[in-house]
Amino acid sequence: MFETLILILDATLRVSTPLILAALAGLFAERSGIVDIGLEGKILGAAFAAAAAAAVFGSAWIGLLFAIIASVALALIHGFACITHRGDHIVSGVAINTIVAGLTVTLGLDWFSQGGQTPALTGDARFTSITFPFADALADVPVIGLIYSELLSGHNILVYLAFAIVPFAVWIIYKTRFGLRLRAVGENPHAVDTAGISVAFIRYRAMIICGILCGLAGAYLSTAHNAGFLKDMSAGKGYIALAALIFGKWRPVPVMFACLLFGFLDAVAVRMQGVQVPGIGEVPVQAIEVLPYVLTVLLLAGFIGKAVAPKAVGRPYVKERG
Amino acid sequence: MSQPKVPVWVNLALIPFINIMLAFLVSALVILAIGENPIEAAGYLVYGAFGYEEGIGYTLYYATNLIFTGLAVSIAFKAGIFNIGGEGQAYIGGLGVGLVCLAVDQTMPFYVIVPLAIIGGAAFGAAWAYIPAYLSARRGSHVVITTIMFNFIASSLMVYLMVNWLKQEGRMSPNSRTFEESAWLPYMHEMLAAIGINIEQSPLNASFLWALICCVLIWGLVWHTRWGYQLRTVGTNATAAVYAGIDNGKVTIWVMLISGALAGFVGLNEIMGVHHSLLLNFTAGFGFAGIAVSLMGRNHPVGIILAAILFGALYQGGSELAFEIPSITPEIVVVIQGLVILFSGALEHMCKDRVEAFFTRTSAA
Amino acid sequence: MNNTTSPYAIELRDISKRFGAVQANKDICLQVPAGTVHGIIGENGAGKSTLMSIIYGFYEADTGDIEVGGELVNIRTSEDAIRFGIGMVHQHFMLVENFTVLENVVLGAEGGAMLKGGLDAARKELKRLEQEYNLDVDVDAVVEDLPVGLQQRVEILKALYRGAKILILDEPTGVLTPQEADHLFRILKSLKEQGVTVMIITHKLREIMASTDNVSVMRQGQMVAHRVTAETDKEELAELMVGKKVRLVVDKEEAQPTNVALSAKNLSWFDEQGVKRLKDVSLELKAGEIVGIAGVSGNGQSELLNALSGITPLSDGEIHFNGEVITAKNKKNASQMRDLKMAHVPEDRHKMGLVTGFEAYEAAILGYHNSEAYNGKILLDRKAMLDECNERMQKWDVRPADPFLKTANFSGGNQQKIVIAREVEQNPDVLLIGQPTRGVDIGAIENIHEEIVKLRDSGKAILLVSVELDEIMALSDRIIVMFDGAVVGEIDAKDADERTLGLMMANALNEEETAGGQA
Repeated sequence: MFETLILILDATLRVSTPLILAALAGLFAERSGIVDIGLEGKILGAAFAAAAAAAVFGSAWIGLLFAIIASVALALIHGFACITHRGDHIVSGVAINTIVAGLTVTLGLDWFSQGGQTPALTGDARFTSITFPFADALADVPVIGLIYSELLSGHNILVYLAFAIVPFAVWIIYKTRFGLRLRAVGENPHAVDTAGISVAFIRYRAMIICGILCGLAGAYLSTAHNAGFLKDMSAGKGYIALAALIFGKWRPVPVMFACLLFGFLDAVAVRMQGVQVPGIGEVPVQAIEVLPYVLTVLLLAGFIGKAVAPKAVGRPYVKERG
Repeated sequence: MSQPKVPVWVNLALIPFINIMLAFLVSALVILAIGENPIEAAGYLVYGAFGYEEGIGYTLYYATNLIFTGLAVSIAFKAGIFNIGGEGQAYIGGLGVGLVCLAVDQTMPFYVIVPLAIIGGAAFGAAWAYIPAYLSARRGSHVVITTIMFNFIASSLMVYLMVNWLKQEGRMSPNSRTFEESAWLPYMHEMLAAIGINIEQSPLNASFLWALICCVLIWGLVWHTRWGYQLRTVGTNATAAVYAGIDNGKVTIWVMLISGALAGFVGLNEIMGVHHSLLLNFTAGFGFAGIAVSLMGRNHPVGIILAAILFGALYQGGSELAFEIPSITPEIVVVIQGLVILFSGALEHMCKDRVEAFFTRTSAA
Repeated sequence: MNNTTSPYAIELRDISKRFGAVQANKDICLQVPAGTVHGIIGENGAGKSTLMSIIYGFYEADTGDIEVGGELVNIRTSEDAIRFGIGMVHQHFMLVENFTVLENVVLGAEGGAMLKGGLDAARKELKRLEQEYNLDVDVDAVVEDLPVGLQQRVEILKALYRGAKILILDEPTGVLTPQEADHLFRILKSLKEQGVTVMIITHKLREIMASTDNVSVMRQGQMVAHRVTAETDKEELAELMVGKKVRLVVDKEEAQPTNVALSAKNLSWFDEQGVKRLKDVSLELKAGEIVGIAGVSGNGQSELLNALSGITPLSDGEIHFNGEVITAKNKKNASQMRDLKMAHVPEDRHKMGLVTGFEAYEAAILGYHNSEAYNGKILLDRKAMLDECNERMQKWDVRPADPFLKTANFSGGNQQKIVIAREVEQNPDVLLIGQPTRGVDIGAIENIHEEIVKLRDSGKAILLVSVELDEIMALSDRIIVMFDGAVVGEIDAKDADERTLGLMMANALNEEETAGGQA
C-alpha cells in the first residue's frame, strides 16, 4: 500500500511538472493583465521545437533553447496582438493554439517525414533522470529509503527546476521592483502609467517570462517525459494549467499545489483503470479525468471558495482622454 | 461629435479581404519554407475544392458544419458572449441526434425521425450550453473558462458513454450500431436525382439545406425581432440594457441555449447524414473553426455562409493538396484557419484602423 | 534646474492641442509664480484637464513651449514630468486598490531592483513628509479600505515622495465631503508654506476664492483672463467663465400642482460593498410641477434616479406610483416602471440612454421595444419605427434628420433630443430627467428647457437632477437638496438663491443648527 502511494506520488511529480511550469507562465501573464489561453499552443510549439532541435543537434539542451525561442516568439505574437493592437485576448489565444496545432504537424512532416512526429530521441537528446547519491544504497531503508530513492531521486533536471522556480517566482512577484509593477499593472494600469512606467513594456516582459516557462514545459513533454514529439501531445495541459492558475487564485504556491492536486488525480486515474473499488465497483477513468475541470467550474461559480482575478485582466489598456 | 463616415463596403468587404490575404500570404511563406511552390499549391487547393462536382460536394459538406458552428459563435458574440464551447456543444448535440436515431429508427418513419432528431440535437447542445450560461448569468462565472472546461468534460463523457454503454456489442471500436436507413438524411445527389438532376456522389446531404434555413431564421431573429433587439442591446451596451429593463442574465441564458442548439446541429450532418452511427471525435475541431468563420463572416449570416464555404473549400482543397504534394499535410488548413483568426480577430485593429484612417483622410480632403 | 532666477515655477507659451476636429487647447499662455496656489477655472469641457495632461506628459502639445523653473523642457511622458518635479493628483485616483499605501507610494520610485530597501526608505521618508505637511495616513493600510479623503492624501504623498515641487490637482473636491475639502485646503496651505507650487483645477468658484493666490480662467479651449484672487470676486470670475453675462431664465408660468403623482417613502439603497448610498429618502411629486434635486455631484442623486426608475432594486422603503406599491420585495424593473407610465432621461446618455452602435430609429425605441406599437406578431414593425422616428426628428428638429444614421454620429445636443423625444413622446405621468443639457449646445438647451416646461404645463410630474445650479433654479418649482445620500432640505424655488442653495448643498445649515443646539 505504502509503495503504491509512493509510486502514485512519484508519478504525480512527473505529471505535475509541465502543469506547474505552464501555470506559472499563465500567472505572470495574467498578473500583468493578459489572459493567456494560448498556453496550450506555446507548450505544443515548444515541445515540437525541442524535439526537432534535439533530433537534429543531438542535444536536449539545444532542444530546450529552441523550445524557449519558439515559445517566446509565440508569446510575443500574443503580446503584439493584445498589448500593441488592443486585440481580444481570448481570440488571440485561440489563434495561436490553432496555428501551432497545424504548423507543428506541417513542419514535422516536411522535416522528418514521419507523419508529423519527430524521430525518437535517445541518449543526450533527452533529459535523463538524475539519481541522487546513495539512492540505491538507501533504497532498502524502510519508509525513508523509498521516499528518498523513489520519490525524490530519479527525476530529470526539469522536474527539479520546476519546483525550484516556484519560490523564485514568489520572490520575483513579491520582493522585487518588477514584481510590484507587474502586480500593479494587472490591477490598475492607469496607476502604473501615471507613475511614469510603461504599461506595454511591463506586459511584454511578462509575456517573455511566460514564453520561457512554457518553453520549459514543452521541452519537458517532448525531450524528458517522452522521447520525441507527437501530434497534439500537449493534450489540454495548457488548459489544465489555466484551471490550476484559477484554482490557486493567481498565487504561486497555491498554484503549485493546485497543479500537484491535478497531477495526482491524473496519476490516480491511470492507476485506477480496471480496479474494483470495494463498495463502488469500478470507477470510470473519465470521472477522475474530468475532476480538474469540474472543480474549476465549481470554484468559478463560487460553490467552493471564490476566485478573484486581477482586476484589469483581459482589458486592453487605452489612455483615457482627459 | 460627428465623425467622417467610412464607406460601407470598406468594412464589409475590403477589410475582411485584406485580412484573409494576409493569412494567405503567411501561409504561402510556410509553404515556401517547406520547399514547395505556393502558387502551385493554391492551384491544387482551388481545383480540389471547386474543380469537380465531388469536390464541390465535399466543400459544401464541410461548410455545413461550419455554418452551424459559425452561427453558434456569432449569435453569442452578438450578445457580447464568447462561446468557446461550440466543440463540446456540437459533441453532446450529436449525442442527442444519435440517441434519437438509435431509439426510434426501427419503429418510426423518416419524416417523424427527422424533426425528432433536430429537436434532440438542439436540446442536447442547448443543455450543454445551459450550465455555463446559467453559471455566468446567475453566479458570475467567466463564460469563456467555463465553456472551455465543458469541452473537456464533454469529451470525457462521450468516451465513457461510448465505451461503457453505446458501443456495439462484440466490437472493439467504440461505435454504436448503424442506424436503419429510415434515420439517414438523404444525400444531395439522391435528392437531386429524384428531380432528374444527376451529380456525382458526395457526403453532402439534406442538413446543408437546414443550415441555410437556420441562417435565415437567425438573421430574422437577430435583426428583426424584439428578442434580437434585446440581445444586440446587451451585446453592445449592457448598462443601456438595464436602463431599458432588459434582464441581461436572462438574455445571456437564452442566447447561449440557441448557440448550443446551433452547434448541436453538427450532429445532423455528421451522425445522421454521413456516419449513420454514433462514434467518437466526429466534431473534429469544427466547433473551434466556428470562431474563425464567425470572425471572418463578421457575425452576419451572409458573411458566415461565405466564410463557411471558404473554410469548407480549404478543408476539401487541403486534402487534395496533401494528395498531390505529399510533403504538405492537410493540417496546413488548420494553420490558415489560425492565421485568419489572428488577422481578422486578434489583430483586427491593425488593418482596420489604418484602412479607416486612410478613407476618412481621403474623404476629408 | 533651480539655479536660474525665474520667478515662475512653470510657464506655458502658446500651447495648442487638437483632437481630430476638436481644438481642445488654443494658444494657451500661463505663468505660475513659484510658491503660490494657482487656480485654473472653467466650465466642463473648457480644456482644463487637457492642459494639465499636457503638463503632466499624458499628451504631447501640438505646438508651444513649457518652461519649468525658467528652463525650457520637453515633456513627452509622465516620467519626464516627474523628473522635472511635477506631480499630479488625478480626479479619479491612480491607486492600486489592493496595495498598501506604502506600496502605492513607492510604485515607480522603488529606488532599486529589490523592494526591501526602497520600502524601508520610503517608510522613513513618509514619516517626515507626514509631519512636515500635516498629512496623516497609516502607511500599512490597504488603499481600498481607506475613505476617499485619505486616498487623496495618498496621491499627494505619492507626488511629494517623488520630489514634486509643482503639484497639480484636478477637480480635487469633486468626491470630498466639505470637511474633507477644508482639510485639503489646509494641506495645500502648508504645502505652499514649504515652497511647493500648487495648481488647482476646478469649476467651483468657492474653492478658488477660498484657496488660491492667483486664478486663470479658461473658456472653450482658450485662456481668457488672469486675476489676482484677492482683487477679483465670484461674480467677475463667473462672468469670465461663461463669456457673457447670462442669467439663465426660462419663461414659465406659476406651477399649478394638483394631485400627488408619485410618492417615495424612506428609500434606501446599499451598494455592492454594503455602503448605504441612499439614506431614507422621502419625497412627493405632484402632477404639474417640476421638482429639482440640487446637490454636489455624487451625493445620491444618481442612486435616487436609478431607484425610482427601477434600474436598481430598493434595499428598503416604498414607492407609491399609479396604484402600485414598489418595495424591496415587490420589485419592478425599468421596463415594468415604463409600463406604469414612468419615463426616464438618464444622466449619461452614452452609457445608458443610447446604444451608440444602433441606428437612430433603433435607439429611438430603447426601453419601449416590447411595445405593441413597434411589434407585429413576431417581427419588429420596421415601418412603424421608421415613420415615428421621421416624425419625431421633424418635430424635435434633430439634425441630420436621418433615421439610419448611427447614434454615435449625432452631436451631443441631437443625441439628447433623440433620448428626450423618446421618453416624452410616450406621454408618461412622471418624467425623471438627469442632466438634461449636459454637453448640449446653447441653442438646443433653450429648446430642451421649453419642452420640459411644456410637459409640466400639460400636467405631468417632473423630477429634475442637474449639477448646474442655474438650471435647477431656472426650471424648478420646488428644490430638494441632497447631501451624502440623504435629503437635507427643501426650498421653494422662489426663495432660492445661489448662496442659500450652496450652503444647503454643503449641509452647512444643518451643521450650524446642530452646533447651535449643542451649545
